[in-house]
Amino acid sequence: MPVDRSQLPSVGPDPPFAFPGIVHHTLPNGLRVRVVEHRSVPVITFVLQVAGGSGSDAASQEGLAAVVADMVDEGTGSLSAIEVSDALARIGAEYDLDVGADATTFALTTLTRFADRGASLLSSLVTAPSMRESDFERVRQLRVDRLRQLKDLAPAVAERAFLNLLYGTHPYGHLAIGSEDALRRLQLSDVVAMHRARYQPASATLVVTGSLDAAELIAVASRAFDSWPPASPGDTGDSGGRPDSLTVDRPSPRLAVMPREAAAQSELRIGHLSARRDTPDYPALLVMNAILGGQFVSRVNLKLREEKGYTYGARTGFDWHKGSSPFALQASVHTAATADAIRDSLAEIAAMRGSRPPTHDELALAKASLTRGYPRNFETAQQVARAVAQLALYGLPDSYFAEFIPKANTVTAEDVVSAASRYLDPSRLTTLVVGDQAAIGESLASLDLGPPEVLPVPV
Amino acid sequence: MTRLELPYSKRTLPNGLDVIVHEDHHVPVVAVNVWYHVGSKNERPGRTGFAHLFEHLMFEGSEHHNSGFFPPLQHAGALLNGSTNTDRTNYWEVVPTSALDLALWMESDRMGFLLPALTRERFETQRDVVLNERRQNYENRPYGFALMALLAALYPPDHPYHWMTIGAAEDIRQMEFEDVQEFFRTYYHPANASLVLAGDIDTERAFDLATRYFGDLPAGVKPAAVRAEARLTREHRLVLEDRVELPRLYMAWHSPAMFAPGDAEMDLVGDLLGNGKTSRLYKSLVYEQRIAVDVSGYQSSRELGGFFLLVATAAPGRTLVELASEIDRTIQELVDHGPTAAEMERAEAQAEAHFLYRLQTVGGFGGKSDQLNAYNVLRGNPGYFPEDLARYQSATPETVRAAAAAHLRFDRRAVLSIVPRGQQQLALAGSEAVSVS
Repeated sequence: MPVDRSQLPSVGPDPPFAFPGIVHHTLPNGLRVRVVEHRSVPVITFVLQVAGGSGSDAASQEGLAAVVADMVDEGTGSLSAIEVSDALARIGAEYDLDVGADATTFALTTLTRFADRGASLLSSLVTAPSMRESDFERVRQLRVDRLRQLKDLAPAVAERAFLNLLYGTHPYGHLAIGSEDALRRLQLSDVVAMHRARYQPASATLVVTGSLDAAELIAVASRAFDSWPPASPGDTGDSGGRPDSLTVDRPSPRLAVMPREAAAQSELRIGHLSARRDTPDYPALLVMNAILGGQFVSRVNLKLREEKGYTYGARTGFDWHKGSSPFALQASVHTAATADAIRDSLAEIAAMRGSRPPTHDELALAKASLTRGYPRNFETAQQVARAVAQLALYGLPDSYFAEFIPKANTVTAEDVVSAASRYLDPSRLTTLVVGDQAAIGESLASLDLGPPEVLPVPV
Repeated sequence: MTRLELPYSKRTLPNGLDVIVHEDHHVPVVAVNVWYHVGSKNERPGRTGFAHLFEHLMFEGSEHHNSGFFPPLQHAGALLNGSTNTDRTNYWEVVPTSALDLALWMESDRMGFLLPALTRERFETQRDVVLNERRQNYENRPYGFALMALLAALYPPDHPYHWMTIGAAEDIRQMEFEDVQEFFRTYYHPANASLVLAGDIDTERAFDLATRYFGDLPAGVKPAAVRAEARLTREHRLVLEDRVELPRLYMAWHSPAMFAPGDAEMDLVGDLLGNGKTSRLYKSLVYEQRIAVDVSGYQSSRELGGFFLLVATAAPGRTLVELASEIDRTIQELVDHGPTAAEMERAEAQAEAHFLYRLQTVGGFGGKSDQLNAYNVLRGNPGYFPEDLARYQSATPETVRAAAAAHLRFDRRAVLSIVPRGQQQLALAGSEAVSVS
């Protein structure tokens, strides 16, 4: 039968998919364990999440949480830093860590036949790192050097300056890597103290996913982590600051420029502080963002890239935090197109609040792309483990994955406009340009955002 | 040992299209993956960047769906993308099983009927997008021109690896809409393509669908294979100024082509010298002597010939001369004595694990569907997976040592110093200033 090319083939009903069954267990020391059987390949993933991240660094200690996390694989017991890496390599392990604003996450993936070795290694690293002075000095110096290298990278320069513009001195206002001054002031004793206070079984969650049954996964976790001592009465188990209490923000729009001489492109950030992860409007905001700039077929990308050719890509998004999260549009645009790209971006953000409500097609496409492709996020053991860790981080129920799809599908055009009206505010938007000021200065004046505030280039 | 395999079935349609099917029913999705055996190696000097720009045009619509490629597939919950390198161009979608017909309809429509939908306006917009891609990923990025300078030194001007896939900005600006047609007719047809369907699908049904959507497309003429050789006869020292805080040293050598004898060994040499904290160069440069802030090393395997690269960034106050001398000492030690038994044991464990990790996803870049196509297009054998792994398992300390000795010669390499602006004196002695833009 020849292909009918007069119309696209119809798509059948969504295939059924069973989201991972999560089994809970708590070790005697208080460590919360979540396990999921995942049998596609003989691989096992451990994700250990410790409450508290860069968002609870003290004001004079920006970067401390990241240094603590970095020190974890710098040696344990009789093993040096190099020997730790060698032990990981000999079981073919992939090890990485992420210092987020609200949590610090360690992940180790290995072959299932090395499950016990992997678990016991991770346990030793996280619970009993050596914390030697010479390793600390090297790690700190490498971070100072890295910070210096980030000045070369326009997106990193923009990210750092933008967070600072939005949050000021609030702990969310710095990158995890912190600042050079703070890093230089850090002492090993600060690192040891934070590790002792923060890395406690009662404030951590361990997720194990892999090709064993749930009882065996729990047994692997217990053998490795049972010996982690619970907090002594003197330790607070404190996960740091109170990001929920955040109130800082701007009352009016502003334009800031960080000069970057002869830059081929301008790096743009446009946004403001917005919702928290626990907002009941979360599904509506995801749908709204998908329409505005959260995917390839979004208003912002279609306008700036596909219609105007100003950029290789433009997107918007919420960087979800427990406290107020930033909403931002980001793009690298051709220097000559800077002011036009900003004008178009501001117009798209404003229009989302009602002057151009989502069309039927836009709404359907945004919802479909969020929901119909959802099962593919659960293909690997590591994807599943990280997804389950997110539930723990934000206090979401195990039924969350299964409930997300129907919830997102009930979002209406009115919900989207309403969410946009409440969480996007053109009158408060901060626009940051990292670019060639000499080339773009004049055109920026045409934006009616007032004279730009020129930010000092970090030295 | 875990049993490692990647089972498949293959048939070739009468029009020359290879179709390969792999079943994996863990998640209700199917990966559709198409390789066209064309890349920047098929371009000519003065016309560089064309294969990649063409890839962008494949997303702009085709005769029977004359608008963007993304919306219908995103409506169905698909994830999709494409990429171009020197040797091939690939396109993929991961779709819910219920949307497989749609994905095949769309892929076959752009394989058979792209040109009627292509307008000059779409072409010109994508040319601007690509120029911005170039600015974002090369011009406005620190050390962004390093590979361009090194490839230009490794390969003579008429060798198709002399330029990078992104192409020269000037060439991109001068591209003609008219050239698109010839390029499409030459390279984009069933006889120069390979289709993999991997995932939640029955093998027979997969072949039926492939035949249904692609079987009627006219066969084309398989393009002749590109042949080219290159060698260095001395050490080339180059220097490039850039907007960077710290100077960085690059060393590049010619090395075996993908899957050729010595390719797997050089991959192991890359791990051994410069991949991760256990590598010899990390240990000496970053951990013990602290003269570098980072170091990396890898074998870049390509169809016509590979290159091997070592990269190290100087710690503040340290010099590229110090790095070069320590790197040379480390290479010489490997060439003289080979890897240790412990290093080989570790390499073998890592090889097994990495081959296993590669079996975790059906789609996307590097997923099972992409691997089957790589083996089929570049080896003519989608079942090459176990042989590929065996190349690593059969490497011995002596074969690794011999590969390093044969390929990492000090008198046959390109050495590039990238230094902060106005500080050419930080380059290795005798370096020649190169201009790249």
